[in-house]
Amino acid sequence: MKTFKIGGVHPEENKLTSDKAIEFLAISQKICIPVTQHLGTPSTLVVEKGESIKTGQLIAKGDAFICANVHSSVSGKISKIDTAIDTSGYKKTSVFIDVEGDIWEETIDRTNTINKDILLSKEEIIAKIKDMGIVGLGGATFPTHVKMMVPNGKKAEFLLINGVECEPYLTSDHRLMLEKGEEILVGISILKKALGVEKAIIGIENNKSDAITYLTKLALNFTGIEVHALKIKYPQGAEKQLIKALLNREVPSGKLPIEVGCVVSNIGTAFAVYEAIQKNKPLFERVVSITGKSLKNPSNFMVRIGTPVIELIEKAGGLPDDSGKVNSGGPMMGKALNSLDVPIVKGTSGILIMTRKESKRPEILNCIRCGKCITVCPMGLEPYLLAQLAENGNFETSEKEKIMDCMECGSCQFTCPSSRPLLDYVRLGKNKVGLIIRNRANN
Amino acid sequence: MNLLTVSGSPHLHGDQSLKKIMWGVVIALVPAMMVSFWYFGLAAIIITLTAVVSCLIFEYLIQKFLLKQAPTITDGSAIITGILLAFNVPSSLPVWQMVIGALVAIGIAKMSYGGLGKNPFNPALVGRVFLLISFPVDMTSWPLPKPIWSMVDAITGPTPLGVLKEGIGKGDTISQLAAQLPSYQDMFIGGIGGSLGEISAAALLLGGLFMMYKKIITCHIPVSYLLTVFVFTAIMWQINPEHYINPLFHLLAGGLMLGAIFMATDMVTSPMTYRGMLLYGFGCGVLTVLIRLWGSYPEGVSFAILIMNAVVPLINKGFKPKRFGEVIK
Repeated sequence: MKTFKIGGVHPEENKLTSDKAIEFLAISQKICIPVTQHLGTPSTLVVEKGESIKTGQLIAKGDAFICANVHSSVSGKISKIDTAIDTSGYKKTSVFIDVEGDIWEETIDRTNTINKDILLSKEEIIAKIKDMGIVGLGGATFPTHVKMMVPNGKKAEFLLINGVECEPYLTSDHRLMLEKGEEILVGISILKKALGVEKAIIGIENNKSDAITYLTKLALNFTGIEVHALKIKYPQGAEKQLIKALLNREVPSGKLPIEVGCVVSNIGTAFAVYEAIQKNKPLFERVVSITGKSLKNPSNFMVRIGTPVIELIEKAGGLPDDSGKVNSGGPMMGKALNSLDVPIVKGTSGILIMTRKESKRPEILNCIRCGKCITVCPMGLEPYLLAQLAENGNFETSEKEKIMDCMECGSCQFTCPSSRPLLDYVRLGKNKVGLIIRNRANN
Repeated sequence: MNLLTVSGSPHLHGDQSLKKIMWGVVIALVPAMMVSFWYFGLAAIIITLTAVVSCLIFEYLIQKFLLKQAPTITDGSAIITGILLAFNVPSSLPVWQMVIGALVAIGIAKMSYGGLGKNPFNPALVGRVFLLISFPVDMTSWPLPKPIWSMVDAITGPTPLGVLKEGIGKGDTISQLAAQLPSYQDMFIGGIGGSLGEISAAALLLGGLFMMYKKIITCHIPVSYLLTVFVFTAIMWQINPEHYINPLFHLLAGGLMLGAIFMATDMVTSPMTYRGMLLYGFGCGVLTVLIRLWGSYPEGVSFAILIMNAVVPLINKGFKPKRFGEVIK
């Protein structure tokens, strides 16, 4: 079975919610929508305090090149525009809405019929993806319309769809594939048209055999869409690793997937694209897995953007007494939250509640130079060395040792028998080296 | 108030731990230890216990009173050093010399560099070489193995490699010496003269396979080391079979198996990348054969590994892993 060649680990999968159907979460009374929810230039606000808005109405506009629109996920009145802590742990400008009813923009098609005919042209699709504020829902939240615009001189050959979901615990993509398979395949066809590629490949890890079987069967009715099963290995959902696994092509260091003729998108994004193009529905809700070993009812919810995390937890049985950490995202790359009032945003694929015992890091011991961090690094780096260089403040050498290739998958720290905080130091190094590179570019 | 932890990802840790690795090595050493107890009897038990207990005590005292750290003797690394040190001496070694060996191994080779993970040379080998140079007679008188139940006093005799070195030195041919050399079966199972831990290739291989199964070591260093010795000695054997003995003998005799499986693979003092490991194993093999065939010592494993230990930082610098997406110019 296919997989990527170097590095990788296999953490316990713990997919507690893989057979829990997606439920609609009741709309919260306190919605708080951060103005910027993507990777890139911040969006500009287009609404004011006191204004009445409808579900799906534009509230922030993305004019810059790498930027995305943000829409309201509820109807009601804007009570204030203020800062609020988001998943990054920092305060960001957000729109607070007092919810009144649920009145949608009239243009949105709320029926369940599946529209398979793609009527728009390539350019119209890209423009509409931009309008509807679609970003990558795998977690990186890169604006999708930018991805679809292939730079001059480059040619896209393949559209790869990431159904890997290699993070332990998370099941939002898995459930979407099972429940919205046909919509996803239409979404993929739309993306194919936008890119002008003949072939799309969906990569799914082998622990989701039901999704593999189902999508393989559905794909027979579509042209140029294949489903490939992949061996279970983390971090296969990382763009470069997925390309390596599916096509055995290596994206050169510091370059984008288009360099090897690929564009990678995610299952959730394909579904959002379907809704945007065929149903005129902007991206204002998404599937979120709420999970954890001591949680009473781990579930998959369809959640409006801006819903506070605490409401998902309450609905799933309340915060367990032995909770030690609440993560946005999975246990390998997710972010630990410093507040439970943080709103769900476009990039939130799951909320993981860890017990106090699980959240405790083991004691840090001396490095015994076992080299396991090197063996598991999917980018072929030397994490022990990068951590040491960062600790000693030697950032010039860090850059030469390719620290910027690190995607922070955490396999090194996961594996380290001395439980050294390797990624903490590598992150520090990346920060400093990034600054050095930007300064150099500016001079 | 119930406070939540905030820390950077990853929020999971795998099931590997330093203790598991170290105790895994200890378990892997048990078969060879049992063989040494079987053939060398009470003397072997006393030597092994002395070495292990002295290593633990020295490490504890140095950490507590000199370095003022919390002692970490339960991590198992000092026990490994103790067992390996005992494996590298004859069972007839006076106990006080064993204690000195342990002090050198733990005190000088390990703790003076800062403890576990910081030492450039394998502590047990430094201890052994110190003893070999300081007490050459005691270190090279080998009691011949006899089953544990026999009541006769141990007689001493030379190791197979010693017989060979002396005989060839005098101008004898291999066929003349053949009668004095043990059978391959004995060399494989353990009924030969030598240091405690080196007599049974079978028990050492068993320990090595266990460590590979537990993913404590990879096959790179042992295979490249043993293969280099085999190929190098096979070439010499082809050139003159009356002067150079066959490669199988070289593989089974002396401390090669012990060195290739347990000493050269010490994580702290060996390279960190696969390519580096292959080169390191090759270097160990070449040096071992050079010393065995043309050096003044009959056995060269300890020196070969110590010399290669010194090269490890350079190997780590020169042999980087293959970077993902590396642009090959």
